[in-house]
Amino acid sequence: MSVKVSMKVNGKPVAADLEARTLLVTFIREHLRLTGTHVGCDTAQCGACTVLMNGKAIKSCSIVAMQAEGADILTIEGVAKPDGTLHPMQAAFKENHGLQCGFCTPGMVMNALDFAKSHPDPTEEEVRDSLEGNLCRCTGYHNIVKSIMAGARAMAGKP
Amino acid sequence: MTAPLIGARVQRKEDYRFLTGAGMYTDDVALPGQAYAAFVRSPHAHARIKKIALDQAKKSPAVLAVYTGADLAAAKVGGLPCGWLITDVNGQPMKEPPYPPLAQGKVRHVGERVAVVIAESLAQARDAAELIEVDYEVLPAVVDPVKAKGAPAIHEAAPDNACYVWALGDKAAVDGAFAKAAHVTKLDFVNNRLIPNAIEPRAANATYSRAEAGYTLYVASQNPHVERLLMTAFVLGLPENKVRVVAPDVGGGFGSKIYLYPEDVVVTWAAKQLNRPVKWTAERTESFVSDAHGRDHVTTAELALDRDGKFLALRVRTTANLGAYLSTFASCIPTILYATLLAGQYTTPLIYCEVTAVFTNTTPVDAYRGAGRPEATYVVERLVETAAREMKLDPAGIRRKNFIRQFPYQTPVALCYDTGNYEATLDAVMKMADVAGFKQRKEESLTKGKLRGLGYACYIEACGIAPSNVAGSLGARAGLFEAGEIRVHPTGTVTVFTGSHSHGQGHETTFAQVVADRLGLPIENVDIVHGDTSKVLFGMGTYGSRSIAVGGTAIVKALDKIVAKGRKIAAHLLEAAEADIEYDRGVFKVAGTDKQKTFGEVAFAAYVPHNYPLDKLEPGLNENAFYDPANFTFPAGSYVCEVEVDRDTGATQIVAFTAVDDFGKIINPMIVEGQVHGGLAQGIGQALTEGCRYDSTGQLVTGSFSDYAIPRAGDVPLFKLDTRETPCTHNPLGVKGCGEAGAIGAPAAVMNAITDALGVKDLPMPATAQTVWRSMHKAA
Ligand code: FES
Ligand code: FES
Repeated sequence: MSVKVSMKVNGKPVAADLEARTLLVTFIREHLRLTGTHVGCDTAQCGACTVLMNGKAIKSCSIVAMQAEGADILTIEGVAKPDGTLHPMQAAFKENHGLQCGFCTPGMVMNALDFAKSHPDPTEEEVRDSLEGNLCRCTGYHNIVKSIMAGARAMAGKP
Repeated sequence: MTAPLIGARVQRKEDYRFLTGAGMYTDDVALPGQAYAAFVRSPHAHARIKKIALDQAKKSPAVLAVYTGADLAAAKVGGLPCGWLITDVNGQPMKEPPYPPLAQGKVRHVGERVAVVIAESLAQARDAAELIEVDYEVLPAVVDPVKAKGAPAIHEAAPDNACYVWALGDKAAVDGAFAKAAHVTKLDFVNNRLIPNAIEPRAANATYSRAEAGYTLYVASQNPHVERLLMTAFVLGLPENKVRVVAPDVGGGFGSKIYLYPEDVVVTWAAKQLNRPVKWTAERTESFVSDAHGRDHVTTAELALDRDGKFLALRVRTTANLGAYLSTFASCIPTILYATLLAGQYTTPLIYCEVTAVFTNTTPVDAYRGAGRPEATYVVERLVETAAREMKLDPAGIRRKNFIRQFPYQTPVALCYDTGNYEATLDAVMKMADVAGFKQRKEESLTKGKLRGLGYACYIEACGIAPSNVAGSLGARAGLFEAGEIRVHPTGTVTVFTGSHSHGQGHETTFAQVVADRLGLPIENVDIVHGDTSKVLFGMGTYGSRSIAVGGTAIVKALDKIVAKGRKIAAHLLEAAEADIEYDRGVFKVAGTDKQKTFGEVAFAAYVPHNYPLDKLEPGLNENAFYDPANFTFPAGSYVCEVEVDRDTGATQIVAFTAVDDFGKIINPMIVEGQVHGGLAQGIGQALTEGCRYDSTGQLVTGSFSDYAIPRAGDVPLFKLDTRETPCTHNPLGVKGCGEAGAIGAPAAVMNAITDALGVKDLPMPATAQTVWRSMHKAA
């Protein structure tokens, strides 16, 4: 059975006829060819697929595209400024070496963008708690934690 | 002249693409006419295949083909080869049973591939795969390596399930030393099986071009040239020049992406049959059962000491689980990369190690971050710490008493350490970790109901793998050199091609630092290309912390040739004798004068050779080099872990982890720290959270992230790091490698800390809250 879905992705309206079971992440990766959103598991545990839906971080592997009907979706491709300048959270990951292989990174950044809105100056512990649903096998989290602390402060305009 | 780049905390060149979603991993590659593969896998650990019913699947919508082992056999597709031949104690070669890409008549582990379905879409391939019915006759399975020898045979070629029994050292002399020892410390332990779990699942996408009569395979691999060599020469029998292997951005490897896997072979073969690109990407559940696992040793180890705590001899017996088939480098891990490291940082004069490697009905086991060296370090450092406790000696003191201090040092287990300074890292770590203040911290913890413990690990590893002739004499079936090429463009910018492969290590930055520094260029003017057999001249790839020591040296050798040719060109331009030209970071100068030419001017002259010694010198500036290392490198370091154990729950918290490493010269400290952080987290994972479990029928009980706990952010602390530097003596950069250290040293440090907190002799890994709680209640 195919269904019509339409939503906004990175500010652009998109629509498609999809099989009803199509996951949001499959729609983003395969249909829109926005391959920055990754798939690292099949049990909704790694967070590599995290996107913002109406401003909230969600795992795009855990809902079907239909559930995002009418929603505003932001993926990693839509985070930097139109001129290519990195968003402060992205810049903080670069400055703090918060990524190695880069595979978990889009999910980490998207999750951090949501978290930072309510945590302008987070503690180490708050950041670690916020990463409960995001796995990284490369960095030992040390520099991801530092990146998110710095990025959140930068977003809040703090030094 | 530009500021020095070697040793600088340069931010990574690769980050922008990863941070903006512009990375290109294998699953991101979509080819015109893309078809998709889904594998049918065995649900049984050991079974005979009686019948495979394919009709329903073949009739399923949009299915292009269904293949089984019979199809591959008919097409004369060979089995997967093993890259290292181990010779048994009785002089016989190890047993090498066939490893067919799709099962032939029998399955030997859960997750083994039985059939593949290729369809227009992934969903259609998976739907059809579910329609395949396989009739199995289930056979008894064995998962415990210690029970393998008496169990029903898994392979005809190995009736007692033993692949080999291998030994190193002088057994009689070791036994003699034990007979005379004042004290013997003995431990029996299991080095727990680990599942690598790079966050990018394995993937392969192959295409065939009739026009070129050639294949292209995109694959998540740490060593595309090795993948190509093994696949063309041993499995598919294809001309190597007709196969291009591309390992694009790869999302972590940790060893698990070194090997040639059956799925890679099947999609490549199928691409030609169907004349369509065929893509397969593992689901995480498939990764758990089909990526090569790591470790899985059962060991009895004994250390003989004299009255003062001087080590006299070490005796180790290990049973190593190889799983159901011999993975690409499986055979050398529990032997060549394990027993040879048992001297550790110590002068132990006599060492004997015997390894029985067995087949079981489990996923194949191969190198995983550290590969043999974490297992060896665990043996040595748990024994040393336990001996100190038993003899009431200070654990740091007993180590100092036995440190190697004279270099080069020939160990009794074949390696020759070129340099090191173990006292320096131990001194530094003890200061940084404030070992002196531990007693007080322990008392404070007690008032909160917590047991505090402190543990050391002083590790050594052999990296920079490896001198090819030495490796060859030990059974390697390949060379272990590395290749590099420097292509200088007419305007003086540079593209570097390296056979090393970056899958998180940041080579695009560190290698560029080396080249830009030497040529006096801004780092933006140097690009690194890797991971494509059609671009890079050759490569043995990245594993064993070999990239900077071997791959980096190949680049330096090529740079030497560039500078040597540049000197000739500059001499001509400056009308001076070649011998009078001095070179320093981008400037060719006539000695004792201010006459000079920049690197850019020389490069331009090489490509616009109007004023150029054409009678003596070819135009152009492009050099390549192959480097075969003279020896291994020997990174070493000292770690101190401090834990608090909750008396009520048994939960262990790492409250401090301090690591001081000696990696020789460091190119980029920021990247090195990142490598150590990641290694430490994996080592802590082995010690605290990662317990791979099979039930007695061979079902993997820990087959998802909910059952198999790789560390989460809350499981690890902020790490305290520092380095000491004794440069490697036999490569020009003085580098040793840093990728595996953390995973090698951490497990012993953590377990030494927990056993200290609990006051027990030993505890199995992973020391989960349950394991610790049980131990506390048994002790009480
Ligand atoms: S892919 Fe969505 S959580 Fe792992
Ligand atoms: S950077 Fe590789 S998984 Fe996080």
